[in-house]
Amino acid sequence: MANRNANGDGLDAVAGLRVAVTGGTSGLGLALVRALDARGARVAFCARTPPRVGEIARELPRTRGIVADVSSKDAIHPLAMQIVAALDGLDVLVNNASALGPVPLATLADTECEELERALATNLVAPFRLTRALLGVLAAATRERGVAIVVNVSSDAAINPYANWGAYGASKAALAHLTRIWQEELAGEGIRFINFDPGDMDTPLHALAVPDADPHSLRRPEDAARELVALIDDALAISRSGAARALA
Amino acid sequence: MIAAREPSQRPHDARLLVVDRRGHIAERPRAFWTEVLAASDVVVANDAATLPASLSGTHVASGASIELRLAARRSLDLDDIASWTAVVFGAGDWRTRTEHRPPPPPLAVGDRLALGPLTAEVAAVLGHPRLVTVRFDATPAAFWQGLTEHGRVVQYAHLAAPLALWDMQTPIAARPVAFEPPSAGFAVDWRSIRALRARGIRFVTLTHAAGLSSTGDYALDARLPLPEAYAIPAATARAIAAARCAGGRIVAIGTTVVRALEAAASRDGIVRTGTGLADVYVDAAFRLRVVDVLLTGTHEVGTSHHALLRAFVGADTLERIDDSLERGQFRTHEFGDSVFVERTHDRRFATRGRRFERERVSRLPCPCRSTSRTRRCCPDRPWRLRSRPRYR
Repeated sequence: MANRNANGDGLDAVAGLRVAVTGGTSGLGLALVRALDARGARVAFCARTPPRVGEIARELPRTRGIVADVSSKDAIHPLAMQIVAALDGLDVLVNNASALGPVPLATLADTECEELERALATNLVAPFRLTRALLGVLAAATRERGVAIVVNVSSDAAINPYANWGAYGASKAALAHLTRIWQEELAGEGIRFINFDPGDMDTPLHALAVPDADPHSLRRPEDAARELVALIDDALAISRSGAARALA
Repeated sequence: MIAAREPSQRPHDARLLVVDRRGHIAERPRAFWTEVLAASDVVVANDAATLPASLSGTHVASGASIELRLAARRSLDLDDIASWTAVVFGAGDWRTRTEHRPPPPPLAVGDRLALGPLTAEVAAVLGHPRLVTVRFDATPAAFWQGLTEHGRVVQYAHLAAPLALWDMQTPIAARPVAFEPPSAGFAVDWRSIRALRARGIRFVTLTHAAGLSSTGDYALDARLPLPEAYAIPAATARAIAAARCAGGRIVAIGTTVVRALEAAASRDGIVRTGTGLADVYVDAAFRLRVVDVLLTGTHEVGTSHHALLRAFVGADTLERIDDSLERGQFRTHEFGDSVFVERTHDRRFATRGRRFERERVSRLPCPCRSTSRTRRCCPDRPWRLRSRPRYR
């Protein structure tokens, strides 16, 4: 497959890009780590389970696997520091790790407060904390290379009020709004914030939510990952051409 | 002055002592530090993140408890983690004042140190029983995991409670290379960066591995600061050259920025892109070649940071500054109040005088052959004086 050439200068903009992916050992996160690695990006990923992190890091020896639970406050700064140390900086942060809320899915009336809190911790507070911890290094990337990107993985449950998806949907809606406000506030710094809705995918998280779904009716995470890489590629091209115009 | 004991980076009542080029002293709320600047100025901050550089553990041969504080490294390369200069203390932690800390057991080359998940070996003893080179035998991935999980930020006995890693990170913290925070940067929040941009003031960064400020041992403290690695990005060198051409001031956020810029310019006064080791000692005898203004903490008499202020102001002015801080009950240490000091006229005597330099440069045609005499045409091209300037 020919790589897209966003710059038109014979170089693949994704090659050498420093990308961090949370929740990188399953579903969309894993597909994204593989796709980015195949395009020559430098990738650091994190996940909670040490054996699984080790397994993926061995499969993709150019990547750096980090064991961290993003829902834990104390884990964020050690994770951020390990990401920066692994990649010598950071161009793109993908906040992908997500929690479903109650399993099996439940109406809000049957959702325990603690279950909502856990969904918010992973889907809303963790991306906020990690982005804040990495803001300095992302701003440094914009000064060095003209662009930095934060992608927050969203969902159509962030827009549509699906019954039984209360904890997940409310936390993803809050994340989507957070993303838009980040974008509004930090556009001047050159950091772009993007909401990405991958659609219903054949992933472990979806299987937890809808155990009897027909996998053939679902999107392959590899396809969503390819779309996201193309989105990042486009965002790089737009930012770079904007920067070029500003310099001209 | 009184010690700031709470780890609040930007308390709402933080104060700023402003010392202008005539030596006049005034007080402002610190949040308004950007308003003292002019549009032609360029602000340079240190974007180093702070390592959890304190590692507790044991000296394997004797079984004695130790605390190892990473203190310096030759490079900023985050994969180059094998060899570090470190200061070793005996049993105890930050709650005991450093000057009361017991020494470590006698250390010899080859001694093993067990530091939580990490192990290190003493590779050299550097002429002092507490100062050593240690080697870690871990992969970069294992080293950074072990350091971030087990290490604590270096802190001192004036603080009330143990600090978390995030307490010591400035808002712009990027690569983790500093051993103590470049704490003048605590004043620089995103609001103030935005305010600078709105007024057309350039904000740029460099990375400087700020070292330990104190060890509590007189002989060792006399050797501080140890040589510190720094890196100056191309955009920063360009912005400084442009500001100098346009007659703007170079504003350093913190003493580490002063050390990095002056070290980078030590050859011929021109700040160049690249990495280096800052081994300059900036004090009354030092002739500043780059930095015009310093935003820094309130420093106690007798510290190397206090001595650095003498490069900006004469002895009389510094005495009046000390007096104002003391009488005004300013807070000191890393979470304390700040001082904004512009190089006074009496500290311009022996530098390549800014005004002189500007006039001279404006008379030189630009190498790009444009007719511009301001050199704004080529801000990224370092210029060179045709003849040595006469010092005033």
